[in-house]
Amino acid sequence: MKTGHEIREAIALKQRSALEVAQAALRDAQALEPQLSAYVRLTPERALARAQKIDDAIAAGKDPGPLAGIPVAVKDIFCVAAEITTAGSRILENFRSPYSATVVQKLEDAGAVIIGKTNMDEFAMGSSCENSAFFPTRNPWDTTRVPGGSSGGSASTVGAGTVPIALGTDTGGSIREPAAFCNVVGVKPTYGRVSRYGLIAFASSLDQAGPMTADVRDAAQTLEVIAGHDPLDSTSVDTAVPKYSTFLRSDLAGIRVGIVAEFEEQIGKSDQALAALYKAAYADLERLGAQLIDVRLPHARYGLATYYLIAPAECSSNLARYDGARYGCRVEDGGDVFAMFERTRAAGFGDEVKRRVILGTYALSAGYYDAYYGRAQKIRTLIKRDFDEAFATCDVIACPAVSCPPFELGAKTADPVAMYLMDYFTIPMSLAGVPALSVPAGYVRDLPVGLQIVAPAFEEAAMLGVAHAYEQATQHASKRTPLVAAGRAS
Amino acid sequence: MSTRVTAPEEMRYEPVIGLEVHAELSTKSKMFCGCRNEFGAEPNTLVCPICLGMPGTLPVINARAVEYLCKTGIALGCSIASHSKFDRKNYFYPDMPKNYQISQYDMPLTTGGIVTLPSGKVIRLNRIHLEEDTGKNVHAGGRMAGAEYTLIDYNRAGVPLMEIVTEPDIASPEEAEAYLVQLKAVLSYLGVSDVKMHEGSLRCDANVSIRPVGSTVLGTKAEVKNMNSFRSVVSALRYEIERQEAALRKGERIVQETRNWDEGRKLTYSTRSKEQAHDYRYFPDPDLVPIALEQVTIDRWRGELPELPLAKRERFAARYGLGEYDAAILTEDSRTAEFFEAVVAASDEPKAAANWMLNDVPRALEKHSLTLATSPMKPAQLAALTHLVKTGGVSGKAAKEVCEVIVVEGKDPQAIIAERGLSQVSDERAIAQFVDDVVAANADSVASYKSGKTKALEFLVGQVMKASRGKANIELVRSTLQKRLG
Repeated sequence: MKTGHEIREAIALKQRSALEVAQAALRDAQALEPQLSAYVRLTPERALARAQKIDDAIAAGKDPGPLAGIPVAVKDIFCVAAEITTAGSRILENFRSPYSATVVQKLEDAGAVIIGKTNMDEFAMGSSCENSAFFPTRNPWDTTRVPGGSSGGSASTVGAGTVPIALGTDTGGSIREPAAFCNVVGVKPTYGRVSRYGLIAFASSLDQAGPMTADVRDAAQTLEVIAGHDPLDSTSVDTAVPKYSTFLRSDLAGIRVGIVAEFEEQIGKSDQALAALYKAAYADLERLGAQLIDVRLPHARYGLATYYLIAPAECSSNLARYDGARYGCRVEDGGDVFAMFERTRAAGFGDEVKRRVILGTYALSAGYYDAYYGRAQKIRTLIKRDFDEAFATCDVIACPAVSCPPFELGAKTADPVAMYLMDYFTIPMSLAGVPALSVPAGYVRDLPVGLQIVAPAFEEAAMLGVAHAYEQATQHASKRTPLVAAGRAS
Repeated sequence: MSTRVTAPEEMRYEPVIGLEVHAELSTKSKMFCGCRNEFGAEPNTLVCPICLGMPGTLPVINARAVEYLCKTGIALGCSIASHSKFDRKNYFYPDMPKNYQISQYDMPLTTGGIVTLPSGKVIRLNRIHLEEDTGKNVHAGGRMAGAEYTLIDYNRAGVPLMEIVTEPDIASPEEAEAYLVQLKAVLSYLGVSDVKMHEGSLRCDANVSIRPVGSTVLGTKAEVKNMNSFRSVVSALRYEIERQEAALRKGERIVQETRNWDEGRKLTYSTRSKEQAHDYRYFPDPDLVPIALEQVTIDRWRGELPELPLAKRERFAARYGLGEYDAAILTEDSRTAEFFEAVVAASDEPKAAANWMLNDVPRALEKHSLTLATSPMKPAQLAALTHLVKTGGVSGKAAKEVCEVIVVEGKDPQAIIAERGLSQVSDERAIAQFVDDVVAANADSVASYKSGKTKALEFLVGQVMKASRGKANIELVRSTLQKRLG
């Protein structure tokens, strides 16, 4: 499997053309689709035209951009001008966006070649990619298992080695959990670090776009491109973007790594093999020179309950615009416009979306607001404060990204709460707005899992530095080849 | 002495009225996107993915709209919030692209403030908040119920709108009108809104209740909507007050509801809307960051305020020797006041200038469907006309005709007079000839004047004026006649 930076170098040195690389990625994606179903739609015309432009720029001696010729996949929650953008939902099945998301624009401006839009849980609501309105995506390491979610398609295609870089979004773990399940690096940046403009909203105060990549260097280089203030997103923060790829370390001397007491207790109660794997990972960090420090996040255990009030409340309002009046699917059958709204939404949304819209509508209702949404916001503040206090004594936190290895399709679909619990270790960081990533950490019963590294707000450089040292020392992902890719001509 | 219970039919009631005025701000662009903010464009031409609520789009606050609202607040003596925020008001309606309206719930940009009526009465303001306007539904066949289809124009969606809410301090329909006139004058002076009710840039809803005279308890209110002019506000409030009184006298109860004013039938009718059952599920808009205003910014805005109508009115009365009423009318909108002052500056004839601006100019404007903004008339032309009248270059009567032409064509009065042969005849020989003819032809009137009936002189003056087609210098005519008959 090639990384993005390797491909970029080969193209810059004219060892391969961007067009060849794009064609190969499209071929590979097509060949694996019957097994993985990672893509809602491939975009070959766009990809080949962009690749040709890169080759022309290189031939003309122009700088083709930092991601020139690297094939990338984009979660179908990002608007791409003139392409259909579904957010994994029937209600947007035929929606063609008139504009590109800021991050998509930035990727293309940097020379990246978008080869397709990846599958996802509908409106990013889910942890297994089984809530896609179209089809479930499968895990390249075991196609009977889920790739995680909601950015499951992006994780699956990067995990399979089809593309080295994909865009995902993370609201409560939707980048980190699938990255862990598919043996790739997945970064949820600080809230406000990356523009949300053109990212179809699920929960506005939590959504963040981030890279899902073959290795930490690719993640750093992609984040350099997509991060930064966007005048079109008031919640994006106007602070300088460091050149993250210059902060990648090979040892952890002098780094204080916090280990969360509450999380260790929780993982100890779940999968013993997984708990042992994380203990080994912390030991690896220590061997690299890190000092392990016990920290506490006393309110983290309320994270799930808090999240399942705030996120549904915001989604109940964000998803109100899908009514059939202006775009997307419309179900007409007589009656007035409100009857049309109801029929359209009844037919257009899946069960999980409806469940959360109803939950959120309830949480915001007169008489319940203070008890639910208002209280959830207070606990969110306490969780944020927990992280502030923890980071007073450590530089980064290391903790589990997942509470189990990838599970079989259908294993949790009948029990929403069991599915919600998949995000136990990732939700507190989303509520606090701090950056977090998952980096491959080894295998439990031959199934990949990830280690989560968390940093204070806007300290992505430190986070990526630690993850890089760990990745280079352990080489977990590059040691093995995913099942679907075995025997593929490279 | 036994206590007497007043029967409902004998009870005397007083109305209690509060107004909610929506004024569209005349910013160049919309509230949360870069689309032009204009009235009257082709449907759905002033739209973009943001104001259409397309998936993935985000709002960005128009700083100028915040400034306009705060300047209004400063002008009306409101306190300006140092911290404010936007909230989402959630309800489904097809003219609202996101099915929520970005508005302000519990932290409006301003609170308090007052509007002082010419009578001296003070109407307290509750708040002014900022929000986005909705699009417009056009129902084929009139009302929504029964319409064959509905078209939606989103040009207006996202236009910045400020809502100015009074306390229930208004005691009559006439006070409501006076309040609106004052408020409109302030907004027009600040230049923050076009304040055109017929174009919808100024809209007014009223909360109306009645209570027994002397009671301090508020009655059940009805919200009256769909009033499209100041006149219809007065008519609707009169109707609604009478309706509520009649209902109470019959022993009925007032229902809290929304009622629409029907301008054609001159009545309010229940919309039967489930307005009261609405739960808007307000919550802070997570797409926007709170607004923080520094005192230096507020102070700078305060320094940029123009002279306001009340101050201007007092100054006009004092400096130009105008009556309160004339000063009030001349200062109702800033353009009229500015025009008047320009005429005075060019003529040094404030009384004459006021007369033109209060009478002949508005009459001519109305006759030709013009406004001061659309008329080509220049202050110097009106100043020249006052000078011509004063120096006898044109008669008072002919000057009215000249004024109308100035209003319509924007020509200099001398040119108009020359073109139309309206110059005043002050030539003594010419006038003597007219006088001779009239005296010869009206022996009866001459006789009655000589017998002491002085009124007959005015008749003879009129006859001379008629003979000269209004061009004779009337003072010269009068003195010539007196001499001749003397």
